[in-house]
Amino acid sequence: MTQPGPLVLVVEDEPPVRRFLRASLGSHGYRILEATSLAEATRMATSHHPDLILLDLGLPDGDGIAFTRTVREWSTVPILVVSARGREEDKVTALDAGADDYLTKPFGTDELLARMRVALRNAERAKAPTESSTLESGDLRIDLVKRQVTRGGREIHLTPIEYKILVLLARNAGRVMTHGQILHHVWGSSNARQTHYVRVHMAELRKKVEDDTSRSKILVTEPGVGYRFREMPPAGS
Amino acid sequence: MNGDARPDPDALLKRVNAEAERAHRAKLKVFFGFAPGVGKTYAMLESAQALRARGVDVVVGCVETHGRKETAGLLEGLEIIPMKQVPYRGSTLPEFDLEAAIARKPAVLLLDELAHSNVAGMRHAKRHQDVLDLLDAGIDVYTTLNVQHVESLNDVVAQVTSVRVRETIPDAILDRADEVELVDLPPEELLTRLREGKVYLGDRAERAAQSFFRRGNLLALRELALRRTADRVDADVQAYREAHAIADTWPAAERILVCVSPSPASARLVRAARRMAAGLRAPWVAAYVEPTAVAPFSGADRQRLDEHLRLAESLGGEVVQLSGVKPSEVLLDYARRRNVTRLILGKPTHARWRDRLRGSMLDEVVRGSGEIDVHVISGDVTSTPSASNRPRSPFTADFRALAVATAMVCVATGSAALVRGVLAAPDLVMLYLLVIMVVAVRFGRAASVLASALSVAAYDFFFVPPFYTFAISDARNVLTFTMMFVVGVLTSSLMLRIRREELHARAREAKTAALYALSRELGTSLDEAHAADVLARHVADLFHCGATVLVAQSGSVLERIATFGEVPFGVAELGVARWVVEHGRPAGRGTDTLPGARVTCVPLVSGPHVLGALALSNHEGGELRLFEREFLEAFVRQGAVAIERARLDEAAKTSALRARTEEMRSSLLSAVSHDLRTPLASITGAATTLRDTEATLDASQRDELTATICEEAERLERLVGNLLDMTRLESGSLQLKRDWIPLEEMVGSAVSRLDAKLAGRVVGIRLDPELPLFSVDPVLFEQVLVNLLENAAKYTPPSSPIDIIGSQRNGRLKVEIADRGPGIPDGSEERVFEKFHRGAHTAIGGVGLGLSICKAIVESHGGTIRAEHREGGGARFLISLPLIEAPRVDLTAEGAEQAS
Repeated sequence: MTQPGPLVLVVEDEPPVRRFLRASLGSHGYRILEATSLAEATRMATSHHPDLILLDLGLPDGDGIAFTRTVREWSTVPILVVSARGREEDKVTALDAGADDYLTKPFGTDELLARMRVALRNAERAKAPTESSTLESGDLRIDLVKRQVTRGGREIHLTPIEYKILVLLARNAGRVMTHGQILHHVWGSSNARQTHYVRVHMAELRKKVEDDTSRSKILVTEPGVGYRFREMPPAGS
Repeated sequence: MNGDARPDPDALLKRVNAEAERAHRAKLKVFFGFAPGVGKTYAMLESAQALRARGVDVVVGCVETHGRKETAGLLEGLEIIPMKQVPYRGSTLPEFDLEAAIARKPAVLLLDELAHSNVAGMRHAKRHQDVLDLLDAGIDVYTTLNVQHVESLNDVVAQVTSVRVRETIPDAILDRADEVELVDLPPEELLTRLREGKVYLGDRAERAAQSFFRRGNLLALRELALRRTADRVDADVQAYREAHAIADTWPAAERILVCVSPSPASARLVRAARRMAAGLRAPWVAAYVEPTAVAPFSGADRQRLDEHLRLAESLGGEVVQLSGVKPSEVLLDYARRRNVTRLILGKPTHARWRDRLRGSMLDEVVRGSGEIDVHVISGDVTSTPSASNRPRSPFTADFRALAVATAMVCVATGSAALVRGVLAAPDLVMLYLLVIMVVAVRFGRAASVLASALSVAAYDFFFVPPFYTFAISDARNVLTFTMMFVVGVLTSSLMLRIRREELHARAREAKTAALYALSRELGTSLDEAHAADVLARHVADLFHCGATVLVAQSGSVLERIATFGEVPFGVAELGVARWVVEHGRPAGRGTDTLPGARVTCVPLVSGPHVLGALALSNHEGGELRLFEREFLEAFVRQGAVAIERARLDEAAKTSALRARTEEMRSSLLSAVSHDLRTPLASITGAATTLRDTEATLDASQRDELTATICEEAERLERLVGNLLDMTRLESGSLQLKRDWIPLEEMVGSAVSRLDAKLAGRVVGIRLDPELPLFSVDPVLFEQVLVNLLENAAKYTPPSSPIDIIGSQRNGRLKVEIADRGPGIPDGSEERVFEKFHRGAHTAIGGVGLGLSICKAIVESHGGTIRAEHREGGGARFLISLPLIEAPRVDLTAEGAEQAS
């Protein structure tokens, strides 16, 4: 590894948490910036242009949600919220505000590192000038040009809505899309009372995409929040 | 009558209660005299000075010295509450300041002239009401009173002295007095003092001496005062006798019933009854019999009757209203029911022929009275009711009815003329009779009398020879005419009577129905606010007014909790309501207390408690009549009882909840301290070992320690999560965020969340493919499934299967989670859902909150959860949720259209 590792801005006011993040992230090749307040975080984010922000929500000088919105005005840097607030409403608020992912404290380092990798990869993908024309997970393959979905080479027929949902989730693979976000992207509406549309179409989509609908492998439910498209290694490899 | 020497237990109990009440209530002492100038004020001030010398806090509220020097001298050294200057007709009058006196709260307050009437605008119309307020406030009161002001003696005094005294006090006040001190002076001495100018000053003394202060008057008044005091002493002796079982002269229980009417003489009857009752120490009842067969009273009569009944009430009598066709029967019937021993009636003042005609009520009562003594007392002859006050004559019917009657007779005559050739004269009579009867039935007495007269005339003129003249040749025709006339009058009288009885019955029925409707609706009311609402609505409907219910909250705060219709409510009205709640008596418009307010307030009394007040506004016709007031009180009583019941319910619930919370808190503390400390101990132990002895540990030991730290941290997290969930559910702030969701998704996400814990097990998922969307809070409901699955994983052998079954039946969604473990111990199927209950396996971690969280969540969704044995071994948990018809989602539609 000659290339310097990704630069991570850790916004966290609890010294013990900072200490263990420093140790674990450092040992995995990340370079770390530390901020203990939102003011400091804003300064560092603008001056150092980090590759990823790890954000705690309850900070002494304000709420991390507001910070997320501010950052989103000028940057697409992945923001991973790490908070002790475990309620689903909090998650949805943070994700809708523009956070890329949400991790509830306490968490294991392996989980954190996995989420960080996903966030970085998504950011990388978004920056790429030409988008790959296919999206894959396991034996599922989506051909964006032909608007064709196959499983193990066999074509499956999706309704236009199912296709839109699937593509939205797959493009944001690894990332939680909230019900509101899905409604907004697929139907162009974000009326929170219509989330059952998403659920019903999701159930239909699962029947076509998954082997066992009650044990979804690719389209994972995040209870009370939304859905996540999980990238699986290609079948047979 | 009572051979046994032991006192009657009821009487004893009453005495004990009275004594207990007297012990802590404020005392009233009355200095009682027979005329002004006997030295009452002087005696009162002397007592006050004696009290002051003993160090008692005595304050003068109001003392009239009438310029008498000796009296004024005795005021020296006593604190005096300044008089309030009240504006009255362009000048100001000094009045006793009740508010200041209550605020000052002395031990004893001197208040001269108990019978004084206050200037309009004061809190009460009469001073004796002020005194009751003072006593209620715990202040002892010394006051003065002359015999001519006692209500029950009022007309005797008037007879003796021919001076009618306007300012009177109810006897109840005098009876309420704890001590009555008679201030006596021989009349000669009083007259001497009067002449010396010690009673009245200047020419007032002259005038007084000529009218009131005649020796004969004074002797009579003195006798009255002495007798009244003696009666009282006698009553005290009687009380003493009862207390000490001296039973030689126990009189049989007497009860007096006085029959009251609108006649002005009735006031006298009421007073006589009161005197007789006092003499016999018997309870007494004033009854009014409303005869259903007679026209209702005019406004003036009604008002007078009300006055008499109010008088009876103020003299301590019980007031009842009776009604029936025959007053004498109704009266005697009631008298027998109540064991009345003496019946007081007025002497008839009407002419004798009326008795002949209609029967005399007095006569009937005397005949039917049997063992009851009947006292007949003369009325006040000077004031028989004037003609204008009499009930509206039944002969003043409207002209339309008369015109119709005339027209019908004309038509009958015409018809008779047409058929006279066919029918005989007697048949024509029948035709006229028909007309008379129809008119009598439909148009009342006046029209029927007119119709009868016209019919007779027409029949005579046209159909009885000699024709076309009113002359009668045959004597038999006279009988026919008479018959026609009598039939008309009789029929109409009967109709009138039937109609009145019907009206009475209807009014009575309406009252009963109203009370029934109220009590039925109150029976369904669950909380105070609803009960108050029901009461306000019913009162407003029934009395055609605005009504508002105020209840006393903690402290002395009054809160309006229900209003129906428009009720003007300002500071003055709130003051009225306060007074009512404090004293438990009605006040406001139409009463003697604070009559200037825009509302009438009655207390909400339930048993000994005054819960609040009901305020009425805009009552039709201004004031409530006495019987309406009684009816209203019955209404309000029901409301008050319902409100109190709701309050007690509430209090019981709160205290039960508090007890449960307390219990839960203690078990929570012990459980939490144990369950939080155990994993913390493991973590601390493992971490310190790693830190201190790292060099000497081999790789496997290090792995074991780190594994311990991870596992225990996870356990701690689970525990904290459960506690948080429970707190969220218990705090009541939980709001379900329901969403339409397929069960499959719920089950799927729950199972995948527990992937690690369920590893190595066969989890059989069997969901009915036809299941509709169901409405739940997705997060909470998933929690239920996770907890149940976790529970199953925890308590069953590692490789045993777990089944999840979803189905629908009878409009309910059934979810079953079943295992093949050891099952639930018999009898604890319910207890597993209790907080901090942990099966028999206490070694297995967890606080015992998982299942109680499930129960709380399912129940908040309107569902049920239960645990039972599974056939073939194991346990199964059954959730049942009501299914609501789910919104339809068209799966083939284009997105944009659907979401619009």
